[in-house]
Amino acid sequence: MSGAAIRRWRPPPLIANAWLRLAIYCGAALYLALALGTLEVNWARVAEGLVRGWAFVAAFGEPDFTSRWGEISEGMVESLTMTVVSTVLGVALSLPVGLGAARNLAPLPVYLACRGIIAASRSFPEIIIAILFVKMFGFGPLAGMVTLTFATVGFMAKLLAEDLEDIDEAQVEAVRAAGANWAQVMVFAVQPQVLPRFIGLSVYRLDINFRESAVIGIVGAGGIGATLNTSFDRYEFGTSAAILLLIIGIVMIAEYSSGIIRKRLQ
Amino acid sequence: MPIQTLPTGQVAWQRRTMPARLARWFGWLLGVLLVVQSWQVMNADTIWEFVYDAPAQAGDLLVRMWPPRWSVLDQLWRPLWDTLNMATLGTALGVVLGVPVAFLAARTTTPSATILRPIALLVIVASRSINSLIWALLLVTVMGPGVLAGIIAIALRSIGFIGKLLYEALEETDANQVEAITATGASAAQRIAFGFIPQIMPTFAGISVYRWDINIRESTVLGLVGAGGIGLQLNASVSRLAWPEVTVMFAAILCTVAVSEWVSARVRAAII
Repeated sequence: MSGAAIRRWRPPPLIANAWLRLAIYCGAALYLALALGTLEVNWARVAEGLVRGWAFVAAFGEPDFTSRWGEISEGMVESLTMTVVSTVLGVALSLPVGLGAARNLAPLPVYLACRGIIAASRSFPEIIIAILFVKMFGFGPLAGMVTLTFATVGFMAKLLAEDLEDIDEAQVEAVRAAGANWAQVMVFAVQPQVLPRFIGLSVYRLDINFRESAVIGIVGAGGIGATLNTSFDRYEFGTSAAILLLIIGIVMIAEYSSGIIRKRLQ
Repeated sequence: MPIQTLPTGQVAWQRRTMPARLARWFGWLLGVLLVVQSWQVMNADTIWEFVYDAPAQAGDLLVRMWPPRWSVLDQLWRPLWDTLNMATLGTALGVVLGVPVAFLAARTTTPSATILRPIALLVIVASRSINSLIWALLLVTVMGPGVLAGIIAIALRSIGFIGKLLYEALEETDANQVEAITATGASAAQRIAFGFIPQIMPTFAGISVYRWDINIRESTVLGLVGAGGIGLQLNASVSRLAWPEVTVMFAAILCTVAVSEWVSARVRAAII
């Protein structure tokens, strides 16, 4: 085998086509150069901020729960109540919308209308919807609750509709063959197939709603976000750290318990 | 046996025993009480006159938002470019920081299950439970307004997402392949490079593109707290009550989100 160079084995690349690979790498490099080139950073300001950043990290060592406890607890109660009400309302409203958005169960006009609602609710970030609802309902937790309810409807209805479209048609046919009317088909053939996942998703959505409720306060929709925003504006990092620790704690508890609930359902 | 004797003497089957039924009934009662109580607490300060006024307000808003002032679009290209950069560079930074965290957190690859793994899991949870808007709020306070704060906020939020999904993928890898690599005398680094990475590569690419898509969506609003991008213009227009401009910005955000979703769906379909 003279002349034949020893070929080393190399792992196969993710993108098989060599030219496409090269083009993607070149494009990525070009984009990176452009993006970094147009990046405007005030380094003096950043350097100045490092001291403040350190003060903030240090504040996590001694979070200040006491001096603003009144505002923190009020914000937390608002956030939690908003979460509960919006999840319950949103899940209840998502049932008809989800049913209507399943192509195998709903006639075309209903299907299009329900898909429209889902698309409207999912295409904008929650905080933008919150801006509009704050304008409509005034400042306060009601605007936040309506925002979260609207977002919940889009989320739950979309997933419910997908589940409904994947159900086993044989069971529906069997129940219909026994002479069941539409309501009976829904209750005895469709509902048992989708209910466990639906409950699991509702619990998951409760989780998301709490996290979002901490954010939409920034635009005036009530909840802990407003308190957090104020504490940052006043440079009271001890209070901010306390609020962030509370949020992390509640999210962890919620995530852990929703994990247990979902495991028990399956 | 959950059975009940009817007054007629017949025995009827029931799905649940009496204590179970009572427990469920009280569970529902507590749930309803909780919701009603929450509603009352939440609405204690609500001024209902404003709420009854809401349909009129909505109509008024629509009238003011129309027709859109398209001329403002000329000022939006730069913020849109910033938005794209925040999402992309933020995702890249998040990937760079998130991958090591995932390797430390996965039971199959962690060098120390007692010390490093809990720390890595804590990093993931902390990053995941705080929304990128809150990270941005924090970073804008610390390092001043601008795109850099947005990039870091996106990156900090992405660490948890990428870390969690990737470490779950790492724990579900096929142990046989890793064992085969080990049997050839591979070092720890080689085991990761040839045993684990080929198995998680498609998942990893999918996760990154998915997160990029979410980040585009989030970076459109980071400007609301001062972190650059189109949100900054949006905030300015909302504060000036320049609703015709807001309509154009909503349209721009909608298009950006739709394009990023389409790109991410195409890329993920190509990979998987």
